[in-house]
Amino acid sequence: MSAETLSPPTSPPTAPSPPHRASRARREALRGWLYASPTTLFVVFVFLLPLLLVLHMSASDWPLLSGNQGWNLPENYVDAVDHRLFWDAIWFTLKYTVITTILLIGLGLGLALLVQESTRWKSLLRTSFLVPSALGLASASLLFYVLYSPYAGPFADLMQSWGFTFLGTPEGALWSTVFLIVWRYAGFYMLLMLVGLQAIPDDVYEAARIDGASAWQTFRGITLPLLRPTFALTIVLCVTGSLLAFEQFYILTKGGPDNSTMTIVQLIYNVAFQGQNDLGIAAALSVIVLLALIVINIFQLRAFRRTDED
Amino acid sequence: MTNTRRRAAGWRAATALLLSGALMGLAGCAGGGAATPAEDIPAEGTDDGTTLTLWTRAPLEKQANLLVDAYNASHENQVELTVVPNDDYVAKVGAAAGSGGLPDLFAADIVYVPNWVEQGLFQDISAQVDGLDEKDQINQGHLSAGTDTDGKEHVLPFVLDLSMLFWNKELFEEAGLDPEKAPATMAEYADAAKKIQALGKDGVYGTATGLNCGGCLVFTWFPGIWASGEEVLSDDGHESLLANDAAKEVYDTWRDLWESGAVLPSSQDEAGPTWTAGFTEGNVGLMFYPATLLSSTPFDAGVAGIPGVDGGASTFVGGDGIGISKDSEKAAQAWNFLTWLMSEDAQVEVLAKNNDVVSRADLADNEYAAKDPRLVTINEVAAQGDTPVALNFQQAFNAPGSPWLELVRNAVLEGTDTVDADNDAITEILAQ
Repeated sequence: MSAETLSPPTSPPTAPSPPHRASRARREALRGWLYASPTTLFVVFVFLLPLLLVLHMSASDWPLLSGNQGWNLPENYVDAVDHRLFWDAIWFTLKYTVITTILLIGLGLGLALLVQESTRWKSLLRTSFLVPSALGLASASLLFYVLYSPYAGPFADLMQSWGFTFLGTPEGALWSTVFLIVWRYAGFYMLLMLVGLQAIPDDVYEAARIDGASAWQTFRGITLPLLRPTFALTIVLCVTGSLLAFEQFYILTKGGPDNSTMTIVQLIYNVAFQGQNDLGIAAALSVIVLLALIVINIFQLRAFRRTDED
Repeated sequence: MTNTRRRAAGWRAATALLLSGALMGLAGCAGGGAATPAEDIPAEGTDDGTTLTLWTRAPLEKQANLLVDAYNASHENQVELTVVPNDDYVAKVGAAAGSGGLPDLFAADIVYVPNWVEQGLFQDISAQVDGLDEKDQINQGHLSAGTDTDGKEHVLPFVLDLSMLFWNKELFEEAGLDPEKAPATMAEYADAAKKIQALGKDGVYGTATGLNCGGCLVFTWFPGIWASGEEVLSDDGHESLLANDAAKEVYDTWRDLWESGAVLPSSQDEAGPTWTAGFTEGNVGLMFYPATLLSSTPFDAGVAGIPGVDGGASTFVGGDGIGISKDSEKAAQAWNFLTWLMSEDAQVEVLAKNNDVVSRADLADNEYAAKDPRLVTINEVAAQGDTPVALNFQQAFNAPGSPWLELVRNAVLEGTDTVDADNDAITEILAQ
């Protein structure tokens, strides 16, 4: 039996031989890597190497002023967890996260419904709610620092005569910072909610109206369930952002008074640059926070995926 | 299959190479430098037109500018000054020290100097300092803060800042107090503050302080303990003595003042940036205040040493020490700046002329001080002052949320009886 008789008569006469096919596949793979290489380099230098640096530091005895002094495992992690403010900082960060998440999601939804319903002032309201989001967080914090100042602020005289200070008590410092954050971010979350609201088809509402559903029934039975993907996104954003809160506390309270507003990132900064000057322990704290964030995000995304499947 | 395995092995090798390269790179850039002895530097240094870099922190910006301008105008060398915000200074110095990028000269808060000397951030200038004719006249507190355990010297005083008792003479007169007489004890201090508070003037308070500012409290409350004949730290700087009777009396006095409403309310959350503003604006009767602000106080203010519980007077000899950094390759030129800094031209014609304290005892009684008796008072009290030395000073006292801040806030604002336990927490850090 010859090879010619085995070949199907319909096979194309110019079909490439196996070595040619392999070299073309290699060329295509190489071309693919060339296309992906800028992004790959970006990921390596901007994400991977800093992450490796932090892991390396967290395993090393690394005082700020004298550089790497060699391996220091597991002491850095033990010292990080044993830090006298570690658990207080975690507790405060979680408390702050819960407060801001509830306020921002609630207010963002409320504002979105307001600007969606209002026809006459729609553009003005949308713009005015969104304008604070255009300001950098550090700039906004400095602005509020001056507003709250007992010397330069607009309420300075009033505050002094009443003996009141915005940032002087633990409660005052917490709620003054929460107010800043709500002012700064409510418009941004309104925008996200608005996108979610506008993605809900009109005919669903039309059908509800024909069925005689009240406004509350429509909101509870249609708007809230169909906003679930938007809630998933906003909650992940809000929780992650709040757990990593730093600028607002660094500028307004520096973690005080009495360490009452010490967030975990502020603690990392303090350990690295204010007092302890230990980059190794600060890096160990950073790794712990990173792992916690990964776990929290996994749980959040799984929870929302499950409710979506339901 | 073989190809896939080979490819995977290749990727593993490449990744391992990348990781090990990265780690080696990291290890390479992390080395700490040891201090290099500044040998073979002429007594006067070298003035050959070299450009030198100098860092200082913001609170001393005025004095640093005056000194640098005067030096640049009279020398071929030129100094480029960088003023760094106070809160960022340690981080900036630390980052530069780790990467070998420190400037030729840099000043450091004198309480940090022992630690920074220990870390090898300054060059050894013992031979040059010992060669100065006026060495015995230079402020000994600053010199000893820069001297390591082997007796090697590393810094000279840059600018001296003393904490003093300042009072507003106009408010004293209104309150029926003698405007020319300083309160001589802590009790008299409290009494004067309450009398000014009793005036009931809108926005005017008896006294003020920075109750959320560890550095301010160290600077202004330690002298009252020294003036009472007690110490704040053990000789080796490893133990806190801030639970002694005099210290407790100081806290109790401030507790009483706070409860009576005679303390500016914003003192409660004052973290440092505006802790002197109330007095400078004329709204505070008397307070412990930095002597460097004498020229910036726009009204007639009296000046005296900080009183102890039963009398006496003392001051915190603060400010900054300055040295040649471990990374400088222009040590001879940098020494030229330092030796000029100790000269009469710099001390009298720049610092004293601008109402600042001189660093040399033999120049304390100068023509400018004679015009303002308050400067003579400040110079006299400087001799009775002290500078605490501890390696972990920043962590124990100056850092936000330090155990020292907790001690003061518990004792003064909360009124809890936890001074002894809080003092132990300070010792725990000092002993590390």
